[in-house]
Amino acid sequence: MNKEISTSVSAVKREDVMKIINAFRDQPGALIPLLQAVQREYGYVPKEAVDLIADELGMFPVDIYGVLTFYAQFYLEPRGRHTIRVCEGTACYIMGGKDILDRLKTDLGVEESKTTADGRFYLETVACLGCCGMAPAMMIDEDFYGNCTVGQLDEILKKYE
Amino acid sequence: MSEKRKILICMGTSGIAAGATGVARLFEQELGKRNLADGFQIIRTGDRGLFRDVLVDVIEPDGQRTTYEYVKAEDVVPIVEEHLIEGNPYAKRLAGKSYHDFFKSQMRIVLKNCGEIDPEDIEAYVMHDGYSALRKAVQDDSAQIVKTVTDSGLRGRGGAGFLTGMKWKFCREAAGDQKYIVCNADEGDPGAFMDRSVLEGDPHAVIEGMAIAGFAVGASRGVVYCRAEYPLAVKRLQKAIDQSREKGFLGKSVCGSPFEFDISIMQGAGAFVCGEETALLASIEGKRGTPRIKPPFPAQQGLWGKPTVINNVETFANVPHIINHGAEWFASIGTEKSKGTKVFALAGKVKNTGLVEVPMGTTIRELVFGPGGGMLHKKLGLKGVQLGGPSGGCIPAAMADTPIDYESLQSTGAIMGSGGVIIMDEKTCMVDVARYFTGFTVSESCGQCTPCRVGLKRMHEVLTRVVEGEGVPADLEFLGNMGNTICSTSLCGLGQTAPNPVLTTLRYFRDEFDAHVHRRECPAHVCTTLMHYEVIEDMCIKCGACAKVCPAGAVTWERGKTARIDPAKCTRCNACNTACKYMAIR
Ligand SMILES: Cc1cc2nc3c(=O)[nH]c(=O)nc-3n(C[C@H](O)[C@H](O)[C@H](O)COP(=O)(O)O)c2cc1C
Ligand code: FES
Repeated sequence: MNKEISTSVSAVKREDVMKIINAFRDQPGALIPLLQAVQREYGYVPKEAVDLIADELGMFPVDIYGVLTFYAQFYLEPRGRHTIRVCEGTACYIMGGKDILDRLKTDLGVEESKTTADGRFYLETVACLGCCGMAPAMMIDEDFYGNCTVGQLDEILKKYE
Repeated sequence: MSEKRKILICMGTSGIAAGATGVARLFEQELGKRNLADGFQIIRTGDRGLFRDVLVDVIEPDGQRTTYEYVKAEDVVPIVEEHLIEGNPYAKRLAGKSYHDFFKSQMRIVLKNCGEIDPEDIEAYVMHDGYSALRKAVQDDSAQIVKTVTDSGLRGRGGAGFLTGMKWKFCREAAGDQKYIVCNADEGDPGAFMDRSVLEGDPHAVIEGMAIAGFAVGASRGVVYCRAEYPLAVKRLQKAIDQSREKGFLGKSVCGSPFEFDISIMQGAGAFVCGEETALLASIEGKRGTPRIKPPFPAQQGLWGKPTVINNVETFANVPHIINHGAEWFASIGTEKSKGTKVFALAGKVKNTGLVEVPMGTTIRELVFGPGGGMLHKKLGLKGVQLGGPSGGCIPAAMADTPIDYESLQSTGAIMGSGGVIIMDEKTCMVDVARYFTGFTVSESCGQCTPCRVGLKRMHEVLTRVVEGEGVPADLEFLGNMGNTICSTSLCGLGQTAPNPVLTTLRYFRDEFDAHVHRRECPAHVCTTLMHYEVIEDMCIKCGACAKVCPAGAVTWERGKTARIDPAKCTRCNACNTACKYMAIR
């Protein structure tokens, strides 16, 4: 595992997670918002946090993992520095979004939902970014790219280190 | 009111993606520099539904309006100087005919305020009749509200088309100390974004609709379950909830009446099946979002086991209009059994993509060639239309005169669904589209029931084999049988409808399946494994588009000569084929 990433794991602080747990403790059914808050803090949901939540809420960790693995938006591992989201919604698919995805996979040497070996990019697909008129579309972190062509990809990726 | 001139800038997700934030700031700066800021009101609206990058309107106090499209940062100064100061519209970015045509044939009820008012300003909503329906409702008899909604004929816009008034009636009559109103803003259909646009462009309309529902059925709490991919919608909705609480439209005493109602937001975490109502309720309760068998229906046993009305965003957004204008008015729009309008997300191979609101009963052809502005590429004709996303079906061009209403669509094998409409031309492979949707439902199946979990997976494997040229004739029979079995034996709506895209394409586009299986050919030149990457001399118009995009330098082309692809250099990236609008690459 990449050095940078492993430091972030040990950076999980008990009191920070406790603060989040306490904010949601008395709300019925607040497990999902609680986990979302943990993920906002760390970029993923670390194992240490799951154990602590289980203890504090009197649940089995397996039930928390059950929820975490059900929903696509939860990450159980740290992601690369930049997240690439290629739209695989219907409009983008019809307009050639798959070419973009295939090209990124080859160029970056990485499969979907995985981080590149150098920790630079995390590649995933999403279903519709809501800008179907600019299909095919993708996002890198918060930046949006519409009407993408494979030819532009090199130029775009250069912007992210 | 003020005599200020208004500048409207569309700032929904797609407007912002195209750079609207910067354009708005520039207008402020440029007006400020010239000491003109006081004469203008800059209004940041939601998206209007048409993708034209950044849209800017200038509205004079007398109502005269000038619209600019594709506005870039460098256009701001000329617009300020030539138009705002000199009074001559800046011709370069004036919205063209196709922009105006897009809106001409629409009837905007739900989208009325989208792109017209500042969604973060409750006063703007109130000035456009906002909250007048709620004020009226809380003075009325709640049974009467249910009756009005029933009489209007409003049916759920989330897909199934159940009569909204009936649903409310069941919930109203259900025994329970606590009842809930839930708004389904999960919008899972990949290619539909009307709910998002409404939440971003007119969030108060949804709040008002929910509060009216709460009053009608006796619920004091509401929850909006919003898709996690919609951060801007959540932000605007939260702001709107806070504002309306402040103004007394939500809270202990709604509009000064004894009726109490408040709303909270729950963000989804990325699961398509959570759009199904029982799964959605499980998700709000903090569990895995797995559907359960109905009955009991949510109206009897919903959130936390209490009677719950769950409706779609667009359904709620219709309600204030029905209360304000009456059931008869609403029932006068549309067809006999499908009343009112429907918002469609038009996308794919058509000129104008975006949100279109038309009366129920409009035909597919009218949609594509009216607001849609016709096909994207002159040379590639309409092949079919996909309606209803992963639960829907593909209708062939020959049936383009089918009116869009719940019953007519159902009889074709497609469904109204959420309103996603994907236009497909001759360069769209129907087998590949069927495979695409099946792949989507495979990854979104919750896995509880075997037909859906295993059956869809098998169908996807077979379809993949077919598009890769490895299919056998028996595969087609298998797809039909398996599809029908999954439809009739799955636990929830996901499995029951997931084979529809395959079953309808098998029915209407059988020849394309045959071509893949018997001749190892993709007639649409889409399936990459079946491509040879050679130029068809007769079809090539010698435009050079392929050579221009080839990243591998494999295409040789000279003006006036047919392009040639060097197989030794070709990496099969498909860029040339995507660029070719004449089906000249095989
Ligand atoms: C797999 C599946 C996904 C669904 N997704 C949505 C959705 O994203 N939005 C929605 O409003 N309804 C969705 N529905 C329909 C809901 O179950 C429910 O019928 C609807 O929210 C009721 O509201 P309405 O009567 O206003 O349409 C889905 C149903 C199924 C089976
Ligand atoms: S399908 Fe890609 S943005 Fe909608």
